[in-house]
Amino acid sequence: MAVIDELILIMLAASALWTVMTRSLLRSAIGLALTSALLAMLMFRLNNPFAAVFELSVCAGLISALFFCIITITEPLTPEKVREEAGARFGRFRYLPVIVLIVGIVLRVLTVKIDVKLPALEEIADVRHFLWAHRQLDLIGQIIILLCGVFGIVILLKELRKKGG
Amino acid sequence: MHLIWIFFVYIIVTFVIGLYCILATTNLVRALIGIEVLMKAVTLLIIIAGYASGRTSLAQSLVITLIVAETVLIAVAMGIVLSIYKHTKSLDTKNLTDLKG
Repeated sequence: MAVIDELILIMLAASALWTVMTRSLLRSAIGLALTSALLAMLMFRLNNPFAAVFELSVCAGLISALFFCIITITEPLTPEKVREEAGARFGRFRYLPVIVLIVGIVLRVLTVKIDVKLPALEEIADVRHFLWAHRQLDLIGQIIILLCGVFGIVILLKELRKKGG
Repeated sequence: MHLIWIFFVYIIVTFVIGLYCILATTNLVRALIGIEVLMKAVTLLIIIAGYASGRTSLAQSLVITLIVAETVLIAVAMGIVLSIYKHTKSLDTKNLTDLKG
């Protein structure tokens, strides 16, 4: 494992923590995009280029854009309200860095040797071939999930339009 | 230290961050962000499992399926959040008291 891998891992955990802890929702969405981009970098380094491209374009791109949209549509809190809520927010999230530090240090001190011994399987190098030839059910599942999502959104928008009109 | 274990440490840390966010926040959008952080931990776990067992193709195909499911989940959840916002004019979970009692 190269030093750069561990550096990316540290940055990933730090950006996830910042995403959760930061006060502004917009900054949270930016932090989430950063976390996705760092994860994509790790995927590239671990020989998973296709998954990395999906992660970068869909998670860091599309999902972040969706978050920006919903944050813009919903009215943000006024600065006075933010200041009022800051105390309560700090109260709720103050334990998180401590918990993260404790969990991280305890797990780093413990060294568990994980031996992954799986039955031999013919490794197919090309993920496209693997997906289309061996995981067709996954593809059918993906189509069903996408259709469910589309119908869900259509029904929700119809409800909203009815209430609005 | 064992290579896989180092990755495992950061996966657990990221998972804890996401879980804490979902449990502690009262903002619906931030709860979705917490779910996304949890998903990142799970995605990394699948990638590491594929890397350790030498089955990167299988891991990548599973990650692609996970990303599709994640996107649909977030899109539908955002629709629901928007619907709640139109109804209550707030994103605070404390205001969702219609079914209380």
